[in-house]
Order: sequence, then C-alpha cells, then structure tokens
Amino acid sequence: MSDTPIKPRPRVGLFATCVMNAFRPSIGFASAKLLEDAGCHVSVPAAQTCCGQPGLNSGDEDSARALAKQVIEAFEEFDYVVGPSGSCMATIRHDYPNLFADMADWRKRAEALAAKSYELLSFLTDVMGVTEVDAEYKGTITYHDSCSGLRSMGVKGQPRQLLGSVKGLTIKEMEDTDVCCGFGGTFCVKYPEISEKMADDKLANAAATGADTLLGGDLGCLLHLAGRLRRKGSPVKVYHTAEVLAGLADGPSLGEENR
Amino acid sequence: MEFRSPEFKTRAVHALHDANLQKALSNTKAGFVVKRAKAAEEMPEFEALRDTAAEIKNHVLANLDHYLEKYEAAVTAAGGHVHYATDAEDARRIILGICKKANAKRITKGKSMVSEEMSLNEALIGEGYEVVETDLGEYIIQLADEPPSHIIAPAIHKTKDQVADLFAAAHNKPRKTDRAELVAEAREVLREKYFTAEVGITGGNFLVAETGSSVIVTNEGNGDLTQTLAKVHIVTSGIERVIPSLDDLSVFLRILARSATGQETESYTTFSTGPRREGDIDGPEEYHVVLLDNGRSKMLGTRFQDMLRCIRCGACMNHCPVYGSIGGHAYGWVYPGPMGSVLTPLIKGMDGTYDLPNACTLNGRCKSVCPVRIPLPDLLREIRHNQFRQDMTPKRQKQALKLWRYVAERPKLYHFAERIGVRILASMANGKGKLRSLPFDPGWTGARDLPAPTGRTFLELWQAKRGDK
Repeated sequence: MSDTPIKPRPRVGLFATCVMNAFRPSIGFASAKLLEDAGCHVSVPAAQTCCGQPGLNSGDEDSARALAKQVIEAFEEFDYVVGPSGSCMATIRHDYPNLFADMADWRKRAEALAAKSYELLSFLTDVMGVTEVDAEYKGTITYHDSCSGLRSMGVKGQPRQLLGSVKGLTIKEMEDTDVCCGFGGTFCVKYPEISEKMADDKLANAAATGADTLLGGDLGCLLHLAGRLRRKGSPVKVYHTAEVLAGLADGPSLGEENR
Repeated sequence: MEFRSPEFKTRAVHALHDANLQKALSNTKAGFVVKRAKAAEEMPEFEALRDTAAEIKNHVLANLDHYLEKYEAAVTAAGGHVHYATDAEDARRIILGICKKANAKRITKGKSMVSEEMSLNEALIGEGYEVVETDLGEYIIQLADEPPSHIIAPAIHKTKDQVADLFAAAHNKPRKTDRAELVAEAREVLREKYFTAEVGITGGNFLVAETGSSVIVTNEGNGDLTQTLAKVHIVTSGIERVIPSLDDLSVFLRILARSATGQETESYTTFSTGPRREGDIDGPEEYHVVLLDNGRSKMLGTRFQDMLRCIRCGACMNHCPVYGSIGGHAYGWVYPGPMGSVLTPLIKGMDGTYDLPNACTLNGRCKSVCPVRIPLPDLLREIRHNQFRQDMTPKRQKQALKLWRYVAERPKLYHFAERIGVRILASMANGKGKLRSLPFDPGWTGARDLPAPTGRTFLELWQAKRGDK
C-alpha cells in the first residue's frame, strides 16, 4: 500500500478480533509471535472491542460508525494495524472511509488508518518480506480461501507460500477453494439451512483431498466449518493458519476434546 | 409473473430438499464457472474490456434521455415504432393492442426476461392468443407451467429425465431420453409454429442508438425465426439497454458470451432494423419496440444507478453459492441470484422482498465476475441499510444490535462480559471442546456444534503475560 520504507522495528497494533478474543486466544498469541519474529513491536490496545461489521452488514450504519471511531482512536498511533482476519481487516481497509463520507475530519483519519491496515499473513509477506517460518506440522492440510481475505485483501499466495515452508506439512488443494463456506456472519444463523448446504459442499471438497487438517484465515468460517465437522463426527482437524505457522497447533483443534 | 419473494425462506428450504433440483444444479453450475474462467483467461484484454463496458454504460446512463431520443429517431426513420411503457400494465396494454390490430391468433416468443416482468404470457393467453415459447429452455418450462429459474438458462432446474417426461406427454410421441433426439423433437414441433404465427415477440440484448437496431444473441436461432417469419415483430426491452454505436456493441459482444456461457460468441447475433424494406426477401411487415421503464428511471441518479449497467449475462448467479444451493425459483420473481436480489426490491418494492438482500454472505464472487463491474454486494448491503432505516429489520435483531452496540462501545464492560461469557461456555462444554446445544440459540446449533471457548479471553491472557495497557 505504502511506498515508504519499512522502519527497522515497526510498531504494530494487533487487532484482536472479537471472535478470536473469545474463542481462540492461541490465534492471538500465534499472530504476535509471527509479527515479533518478523521484527515488529506488538501491542494489543485494551480499548478495542469489535470492528463494527455486524452493524454494517445488518444495515445499522450508525452503530458501525460509532465502533469505527473507537477503532480509529485506539489504533491510529501505530505504524500498522494487523489482524488475523481478512474480514475484519477488510472492514477497516475498505468500509471505514465510506462510513465517513460526510465527515471530512473523520474521513481523513479513517483513510489514514485504512492505508496501514493489513490482514496478518499478507502483512508478513508483502510488507515485512517474510518468506518462510520456523515451524513443524505433521499432516496434510487443505486451505480454504476466506472470501474477504481473498477478494478484498488479496490474500491467496501468501498463506500457501508460508505454509510451504512448514516442516512435515503437505498442502493438497481442494476444488472450489475460493467458494464461500456459508458462514457469512449473521447469514449462518438467519439462513441456517442454506448455510449448512454450503458448508457441506465445502467440506465434501475438502474431504476429497484426503487432508487431515483444514486451515483458513478467518475464525468465523473456521468455527462454522469445525462445528459442522464435529456434528458429523468427522476427525478432520481445523486450525487457523497462523496457529500452524507459529508452531502453536499442538493443542486441541477447534471443537476438539481436551487431550 | 407471480410474485412469490415473500415466501423465500420456505421455498429455499423446499429447494434444498428437492432431489431433482439439486441434481440439476450440481450438473450445471460447475460447467458455467469453468467455461467462463477459461474464456476470460484466453482473452488478454478481457479485464480491460470490462472496464470499457462499464464506462460506456455509465456514459449512456448519464445521458439516457439523449440516447433514447436518438434511438427512437433511428427506429422511426427505418420505418419502425417505439413505444414507452411506464410499467408492466402499460406494456401489456400496448402489446395487446398491437396483437389485436394484427388479427393475431398465434404468437411465437423468443426468450425475453422483460416480457416476464410484464407478465406478458398470462395477459396474452388470457385474451385467447396461443403463445408459443421457442427458446428450448423456455419451451420446456412452458410445458411444465413453471417460471424461468435462470435468466439465460430458464430450465436449468430441470433434469433430462423430467424433460423427457414433459415431451412425451405434450407431443404424443414415444418417450426419448437421448439429448439430441429430444432437441430434434422440440425443433420439429416448433418449426410449424414459426411459419404460422402472426406476431413474433423477442427480447433485445442491445439497442443501438446510431442505427436504430435491436440486437439479440442466441444459441438456437429461434429468435431469428421468431422475428423474421411473423408478420409483426415486437421487441421487448428495458430503457437502459440502449448503447450509442456499433463500435460500442463490439465491446459488449466480446464480453457477453464469455461471461454468460464461456463461449467466444453465441451461435447467432442478429440485428433487426425496422420492418422489411422494399426488395427484402423476408422480414416482418411491422416492427415495434416496447421499452419498459418499470422503476428503472427511478434508479437513475441514486446509488443504484450502477445496477442499470447490467447486461443480463447471468454470471453473478452462476458464481453465487447461494443460488447454486437453492436455484432460481426460491427468489420468487423474474430475476434470481445476486442481480435479482438487488433488482427485485427496487422494482417490486421493499415489501415482501426482505430476505433477498439478506440471504447473501457478501462473499463477493458475483462482483468479481460481473462483466460491467456492478458492485453487487455493496448494493445488497445498501438495501439492508434502507430496510434498517425504514424500520423493516426484525425487532429481535434490532434489539440484539442495540445491545451489542451498547456493550461494544464500552470496552471495559465488553471485556468483562466476554470474560464471563467464555467461562460459562467453557464450563458447559466440560472439556468436550464443543457444545451441541445452546440456551437462547440464535440458529447456530441446528446443523453444527459450537466449538467451545477455552475459558479465558485473549486479552486477559495477554495482559497477564505482557501487561499491555
């Protein structure tokens, strides 16, 4: 995004997505580790809650605007805002400026924040120049391209490149890896039957690869897919890509019993 | 066409359990997607053409009055007639008038979604005319007495076996199951209709202002026979389908087929300019164009003007995983899928169309393939905003949003609540790692478990470890 040279130790504000904060702290720690290994100074502002997307996608622009202001205030002091989610980061990057179309001052601040907001893996590779990680994972994975990451944040090759450097890990691509899994935020509870069908289509493609592990970059999709897998009694494990890249995929996978 | 969008939810669930429909959808959806990708890849300038096409449309929409006048003058100069219809009723009145004057008994029809918007078949049949759809897909669903479920492949929801049954019943011939034989049978039955129809009605993919030509692109040639063999040719199209020149047309012809079916070009691209001229060996004696507004002009100058760039290629629905799961009928009106979920609330109104813009995951695949770069997810979200502003959002959802905002605007309260919440969920999961049911379940656990939180939030663990403020 920016042509300015990277500072020796950029200060990164880690956007701890609300779902990650509640359901999967290890993704936060994995993100921090990857960022620090890449030479960043990582902070986690306590004043953050949610990016506002639930309001934005439900038609409640006022609420989205209120939370956008809160995020802008909490993060504008950093060199970069980075989060382990294509979806939340796309909201900050693409939607925040539009929320303040009629408020010149806030629009400027929103645009400034948008310009330094990144999804985790694209930040590591595209900005910090990371090409490999020091991690090991014994298994065959298939990677689901989450929609916002793929289409709004240009995340496609980066996770695959980094995963390619994980020792012991084999990547098997599935058919239709770029097709929505049926999560879609509140869509999955408003239209659960359609969402279930889309999950099953996605999981059938994943199963056809023979992979024992399903990875992705957005926890919403992963909770939805892991929940469906657990309901069907499938042994396929689900982790966030960052957990594997940081070597933190040694605990129970999403929805798996404590070992 | 009957308006059944209010029943979206029940019709969608019904569709998910319709084995024939699911079979038909899985047979066909992959074909369109793979073929389009290949066609786009094989044409280096494809992405640039999409930009050009969008620019041409934007220019036309900014000067629509000018181009419509120019088009009308050119049609008139060629001996044709242009009729403006403000709404469906107006359009039916105009077309019934033309048919009556022509003393028509039998009317052949090429594929026209605008005529579905007009509920034209119902009106014509109601007045005693025999109406024969000549596009194979349209013919099939006419026999089945069903509306189209896709804008370019109207019978996409039908399996070959279902078509075999329909033909056997309608044609009084032995049941055939070979594709080519089925097509040949329809051809034979339809052939006679072309020659005996007094009026032929077609759509119009493009209206060229420079020449006054209407242009149709088809794969079956049925449109050509419909419009050249009848005494009277009526074109039904939307006011937004006018383009300035033949040069502009060449841009659209290069992206339309590729986006729609993945073909480089359709089998037939046919221009109609006025009625038969002196010395012409065939062609209609009368040529009419009925241009339907039906809410389109109200979209001009609004956020939704972008939608008027649509060239009806169907790429958005071909790539929509929701459409691919439930098919077109669930959407309940003429236009299904992403483009229909924008158009239907705008044309039919906000009442009864609540689900259409909401039954979308905003995954953006439609936008990524739209040949005229309509920002469909953004428009769908804009309609959600309008619904919210007009107080149409369900009360429970509104209350939930209000509560969510109240808490999320107060980080300390938010994190306290989250800490309590994850502890409760973790203790309910009791080491199993997942929950099979939830109290106050909003709809999550019907088909899936909820992977359980581990018991502490990231922020509290981070603060304990790293002490960030």
